[in-house]
Amino acid sequence: MNPGDAIGLSVMLPLLGALGIALAGRYPNLREAVTLVTAGAVFATVLNLVPTVMAGGRPGLEVFQVLPGLTLAFEVEPLGMLYALVASGLWIPTALYSIGYCRGHGEENQTRFFVCFALAIFAALGIAFARNLFTLFLFYEVLTLSTYPLVTHYGNDEARRAGRTYLGILLTTSVLFLLLAIVWTWQLTGTLEFSPGGILAGRVDGPLVAILLGLYAFGTGKAALMPFHRWLPAAMVAPTPVSALLHAVAIVKAGVFTVLKVIVYVFGIDFLSETEGSVWLMYVASFTLLAASIIALTKDNLKARLAYSTISQLAYIVLGGALATMDGVFGSGMHIAMHAMGKITLFFCAGAIFVATHKKNVSELDGLGRTMPFTISAFFLGSISIIGLPPTGGAWSKWYLALGAAEGHHAVFIAVLMVSSLLSIGYLMPIVGRAFFFPSSEKQPAQSGGLAGFWAGIEEAPLLCVFPLCLTAAGCVLLFFYAPAILELLQTMSLVR
Amino acid sequence: MTEHLPALQTALPLLAAPVCVLLRRAALVRVFAVLVTWSCLAIALSLLQEVLGHGEISYALGGWVAPLGIEYRVDILNAYVLVLVATIASVVIAFPLAGRELRIPKERFFLFYALFLLCLAGLLGITITGDLFNIFVFLEISSLSAYALIGLGRDRRALTAGFSYLVMGTIGGTFILIGIGLVYQMTGTLNIVDLSQRLPPVLGTRTVWMAFAFLVVGTSIKLAAFPLHQWLPNAYTYGPSVVASFLSATATKVAYYVLVRLLFTVFGFAFVFERVQLSALLLPLSLIAMVVGSLAAIYQTNIKRLLAYSSIAQIGYMTLGLSLANLDGLTGGLVHLFNHGLIKGGLFLVVACALSRVESPRIESLRGLGKRMPWTMAAFVVGGLGLIGIPGTVGFVSKWYLVLGALDQGLYFVAFMVLASSLLAVVYVWRVIEVMYFSDEERAPERDDAPLSMLLPTWVLIGATIYFGLDTELTAGVAEQAAAYLLGGAS
Repeated sequence: MNPGDAIGLSVMLPLLGALGIALAGRYPNLREAVTLVTAGAVFATVLNLVPTVMAGGRPGLEVFQVLPGLTLAFEVEPLGMLYALVASGLWIPTALYSIGYCRGHGEENQTRFFVCFALAIFAALGIAFARNLFTLFLFYEVLTLSTYPLVTHYGNDEARRAGRTYLGILLTTSVLFLLLAIVWTWQLTGTLEFSPGGILAGRVDGPLVAILLGLYAFGTGKAALMPFHRWLPAAMVAPTPVSALLHAVAIVKAGVFTVLKVIVYVFGIDFLSETEGSVWLMYVASFTLLAASIIALTKDNLKARLAYSTISQLAYIVLGGALATMDGVFGSGMHIAMHAMGKITLFFCAGAIFVATHKKNVSELDGLGRTMPFTISAFFLGSISIIGLPPTGGAWSKWYLALGAAEGHHAVFIAVLMVSSLLSIGYLMPIVGRAFFFPSSEKQPAQSGGLAGFWAGIEEAPLLCVFPLCLTAAGCVLLFFYAPAILELLQTMSLVR
Repeated sequence: MTEHLPALQTALPLLAAPVCVLLRRAALVRVFAVLVTWSCLAIALSLLQEVLGHGEISYALGGWVAPLGIEYRVDILNAYVLVLVATIASVVIAFPLAGRELRIPKERFFLFYALFLLCLAGLLGITITGDLFNIFVFLEISSLSAYALIGLGRDRRALTAGFSYLVMGTIGGTFILIGIGLVYQMTGTLNIVDLSQRLPPVLGTRTVWMAFAFLVVGTSIKLAAFPLHQWLPNAYTYGPSVVASFLSATATKVAYYVLVRLLFTVFGFAFVFERVQLSALLLPLSLIAMVVGSLAAIYQTNIKRLLAYSSIAQIGYMTLGLSLANLDGLTGGLVHLFNHGLIKGGLFLVVACALSRVESPRIESLRGLGKRMPWTMAAFVVGGLGLIGIPGTVGFVSKWYLVLGALDQGLYFVAFMVLASSLLAVVYVWRVIEVMYFSDEERAPERDDAPLSMLLPTWVLIGATIYFGLDTELTAGVAEQAAAYLLGGAS
């Protein structure tokens, strides 16, 4: 396939899928088949682009011109390639999982759910392949709006309130700061194209660099930098598959991806390190990183704890970008993939526990390891990856982030990263510990020893829930070994003009 | 034939209006009015094409050459406005009239169509003519028919709303007439092009300054620019929704056009923005309009009044573009003229659709309509996104130019306010969306959407807000040319 067509196809397929899902709404099995086929086809198409990009190619597709100089156009570069792979690749297990979850849990309005889901993936791919800030902003807002019905899925007062927070913060930041930053950039440079080495060098100086970067960093509300992080915990009222793919992968990664793109292709890391315009951002990111981890420690609701963990992990990626060093950017890029795989596993597990036992709180999980050994083991692997220990992918991204901090002579942030790792041990490991080693609070069925007894004691969620989470848990380990491939992809990125 | 198109543009609807009264039969009149309006659109489009291809058209009415005779003069600016007015009219006229919203019985619907065509003739006349007194004449034709159209609303308060519109409109009209008189006194001409040459030597006189003040205030009343907007909310609230749709998308826009014409062609950039420094007044008022209009919209309980207050805010965007007085700002103002026409016209048609199924225009009565009338309510969502200015809708294009215009002038605060006020739009739009889609009823209501004959015109306008949000050649492209043309004479 011609790479240009592959780009168009991979963006359009989820949109067509959404249409197909809407049309097949009356036949649940057909509808689910459409979702799965679309997800598979999208991933295959995206995968098809990898060799070209790896070889240094930058396939592009210009759709049309909206205003003079503002075009709706796509171009695939390594960061976007990676994000697209993550978003489309993880859609497949999530689609399987959603089917199991929605049916196991008897959700209503499933058609709307799956349609909006496909639309969100459409927007995510648009963001991933955007060639300029305008295209990125367009899909950024599509992503916000298409996920609003998912957040408010249950239609009750709690959902309505959460929806207000969600939309309020994401629209406010994007319209007020991000759009202002984009128009300002256009006014300064006359272009919005992402280009190697940035477009702002020499066009702006002094404290304005830091202000403009601030507009971008806070304007990208999806990156959940404090104090604009409240929407993410609020969004947890959504059904768990939404939290898993969207609020751990597609949406939040769209945010940090945007920040990274802006740092690398609009400012340029050389320009930022010369002007030191991003130093303040390192501190804000570090604060978010530590504060969110500490808040996570205090949360008893499992999904809320994971949400704060996500906020903390997103700040790692922003920090890596703000360091404005090559290794920092590589570390951030890798962390997009590593954290995605780890966090989606954790959310899948949280959802599976909810479907099987209707338990939402950490304090209720005592002894669950006996009845749900697969889920809790997967949770363990995902946790290891979030903490950043071998043999999981998370170890590599942390390694490169620390290298980036050293390279930029900001050793203090190495310490921040280490402290945060300790904190994440603090909020994740007790969950696994409780599940495996604490006695269950409920009455136990008589345990007969041996393998037969082990199988008899299992009361897992439906297979369609458990299988995907085992898959992504295995993915966490696999990424440890495939990290060099990701690094190789990222290294083809041209960071200087 | 084609050289007479400028005359036909106004003569056709003007002559067709009495024919409606003769035809009388509702169905027959409707078909006739639709055909006439669509012909007007065809004429407007061919005029625009002609102007884009071959430059300005000057047409001497009755063969009497200007400055003695009345000249119809079509340049890129008014060709663009003609297209907007004719487009909105063509869509609205096709919308089926609902007896529920009108105080006249079906046998007398022909009166509506006659008034509508008169109003259209007036609006097109104001736009196309190159003669200042002629502008006043057509202004009165359109205004008088507009008062009557508002008064057709079923709610008895429509009569008082129409009456106060009449009072305010007449004051505005009188101011304009006084201004024209003073200008005529100083120059001895009423032709706009002629005026633009004869005025400069006398610009220092107090008479001209007075004329300027009367003309600007008079048009601002017609435009409903803050703080002269008091007539608008009631008129749109109690008038029939189709009338509100038509007037909100055309009448205020044509008044805006007159203001632009006066400022840039008649009085000239140097006088208006350097000697009088109109921006010092207009800019803060525009900002207040944006904020106060949006805040007022947030607190409304009636959907039509909400849209009316939103109009006041949106008119603030348009006058803001004017007061920035640079290429991007003026382009933003002019493109918003078209864009807001599409959005607000479409949204009032959505209300008309909804009122075919529910009794009252109270927001509360829309509860749960998201399930019952999915297509109608989806149209509201899309139109609302346009008001907010989400990328991919026309609202974004306007906002883009306005923010850029503000940044060009170094007015960072203004740029910030444009964006901040669009967040207020999020609040008032989402208030309605929440009511429509979150219902406490357990069982989903039966699907009972408006008929296709209503949905189709609505979606034509709402669809256009998306189309012109992505393909801006006809809107922003032409608006930018018009802005360059207006500023070209100045700098």
